[in-house]
Amino acid sequence: MSSILVPDIPAPGFSFDLCQRNSLLEKKGYPAPKAQKTGTTIVAIVYKDGVILGADTRATEGNIVADKLCSKIHYLADNMYCCGAGTAADTEATTNMISSQLELHRLNTNRVVPVVTAAKMLSQMLFRYQGHIGAALIVGGVDNAGPHVYCIYPHGSCDSLQYTTMGSGSLAAMSVFESQWRPNMSEEEGKELVADAIRAGVFNDLGSGSSVDLCVIRKGSVDYLRPYEMSCKKGEKQGTYRYKRGTTAVLQKSVRPIIIEDEMIQRVDHESMDTSS
Amino acid sequence: MALVDREPSRYLPDYDVQAPKQLHFSPYADNGGSVVAIAGDDFSIIAADTRLSAGFSIYTRKQEKLFTLSSNTVLGCSGCWCDTLTLTRVMAARMQMYEHEHHKTMATPAAAQMLSTMLYYKRFFPYYVSNILAGLDSEGKGVIYRYDPVGHCEKNYYVAGGSSGALLQPLLDNQVGYLNQENVEKVPITKEKALAIIKDVFTSAAERDIYTGDGIFIKIITKDGIATDFFELRRD
Amino acid sequence: MIDTNFYSILTYNGGAIIAMKGKNCVAIAADRRFGIQAQTISSNFQKIHRMGPHLYLGLPGLATDSLTVLERLKFRLNLYELKENRNMNPKTFASMISNLLYEKRFGPYFVEPIVAGLDPETFEPFICNMDLIGCLNLPNDFVVGGTCSEQLYGMCEALFEPNLEADDLFETISQALVNACDRDAISGWGAIVHIIEKDNITTRTVKTRMD
Repeated sequence: MSSILVPDIPAPGFSFDLCQRNSLLEKKGYPAPKAQKTGTTIVAIVYKDGVILGADTRATEGNIVADKLCSKIHYLADNMYCCGAGTAADTEATTNMISSQLELHRLNTNRVVPVVTAAKMLSQMLFRYQGHIGAALIVGGVDNAGPHVYCIYPHGSCDSLQYTTMGSGSLAAMSVFESQWRPNMSEEEGKELVADAIRAGVFNDLGSGSSVDLCVIRKGSVDYLRPYEMSCKKGEKQGTYRYKRGTTAVLQKSVRPIIIEDEMIQRVDHESMDTSS
Repeated sequence: MALVDREPSRYLPDYDVQAPKQLHFSPYADNGGSVVAIAGDDFSIIAADTRLSAGFSIYTRKQEKLFTLSSNTVLGCSGCWCDTLTLTRVMAARMQMYEHEHHKTMATPAAAQMLSTMLYYKRFFPYYVSNILAGLDSEGKGVIYRYDPVGHCEKNYYVAGGSSGALLQPLLDNQVGYLNQENVEKVPITKEKALAIIKDVFTSAAERDIYTGDGIFIKIITKDGIATDFFELRRD
Repeated sequence: MIDTNFYSILTYNGGAIIAMKGKNCVAIAADRRFGIQAQTISSNFQKIHRMGPHLYLGLPGLATDSLTVLERLKFRLNLYELKENRNMNPKTFASMISNLLYEKRFGPYFVEPIVAGLDPETFEPFICNMDLIGCLNLPNDFVVGGTCSEQLYGMCEALFEPNLEADDLFETISQALVNACDRDAISGWGAIVHIIEKDNITTRTVKTRMD
């Protein structure tokens, strides 16, 4: 039973309430609008001591750049990160959800979660939704068995690779890897190679742009470099377009002050979380 | 550059049936690009970006989209590049024929009218081009003509067209036309100011429109002839 | 290019919303038209809603969904404030909207919300927007939404400067909005601008073309 004070906890997962209405609208000639996509270049390689993930930072909505500095390397766990391409909301939500499940898994098992666990969880989840969740992912991380890179497609297929690319700039980036990647590269070489691959995407693919983000994962440590490099500077303006005050015609003006009637400070003693149960 | 499109609704190659299927031939391609033109009392400036693209890929970063038709007329085109090539070639040929017949160069207003007629002649299979014609009129004042793909022609003094036309036009309204501004002196625009505004509007368009970038070619038309300028934009 | 957005349900009612960061202040502005496609119904429609002392929410998109989303958000916000006995941080509020929208991933609400506000503790400016399924976008200059977002992007990219004072920010945001709306047939008919500062909120209605 629900009451006003204690509302029902809603059923978890997606809600399909509006699907019928939306498909009706579609039949009437109002197609559903497109969601924000990250026409992206994301890459990952295995190097001597771990893995390096790379991504550009442009999110597009049709032919318009919606976000110039979005973050496409998502946190999964302390020893692994995940690059996402495709529908931006999907990559964000999927990695967030798997990340929380991985943390619970880590607390349950009390050991470093293997990268293959994350890859399998992601691919099984995506397979369940039959490609409707448009997330193309690259999972990279280091566990007790060494460094791993996995490449997961929206339909749920999963490959374990030494180097991989994904997104609209994947061909440009792969051409760099195919010609220059070798096993056991040093960290500096690896970083420069990954940055080169992202640059190839940034400059040759219109869906990718702005800057290069890198994430270097070694055993026991992570360097999240954001931005690693601003590949394209914002153009310099010739003049300033600041207006004189009073340029805009105002019809009505009202000021609402924010009045603090009462201030109360409550001290909270810190106590450690109860983890006994 | 034309494309063969499959029906875009859900296509599952693994479950394809061996029945006859209809493929749509799309005769048009969108190769992007933007054109901006500003006219003043004794000059007109027209500029176009230099990126030629299709989908998510760049064909070239150095494509001039401005066509000098005579010593005081320049045509800027963006849209389907193959249509642009044909249109400008026919246009140049007719300009030459006019010159041979009448022993004088076609004036800008006459060229503007001819372009309109040429576009409307293809009313039911139009050139997929957004045209902007800049030049000087018979009194030496700057004029701009803008067109829709089927030949509607409108005389104007500041115009933005092409893939980032929507981004640029309100800024020109505001900065060149002084719209929505109170207490400002509406001075006619100078050549230097117009040049700076053109560079700035392209800089801002390159930030947000993926089809605009790499650089801009600028042509400054005065009674002394046509001067050119080039300005770098971001390349991603 | 043919603007496919024109046929989209997001453009059924029309409207434009924009938010900008300034120096210790944020501004959020919207047009005031409510229409059904090309027909204007009223010119005093509220698209920006006050959700807290320093928290404003703009809801461009399909008006019926805007109202539904607004009611749902108010409900969740009130519950939060009752439970926690404090004002919600704009960042938290944005995540809440994002979650609400993503739940309807396969049958979305046709709104693209914009949040503007100041952090209740530090008074740090905050702006964000998201797409209709809740992908957060947190830039540090400006966000735009609605039917003339292209025009707004063009205006803002040229006009925006960081660290504007409240009065200068007002001029910049109003000019960006008004000029962009003039180039969109289904936005305009008046404009309203809120400047949110630590001690007060200044609301101005701006004179625009009414056609």
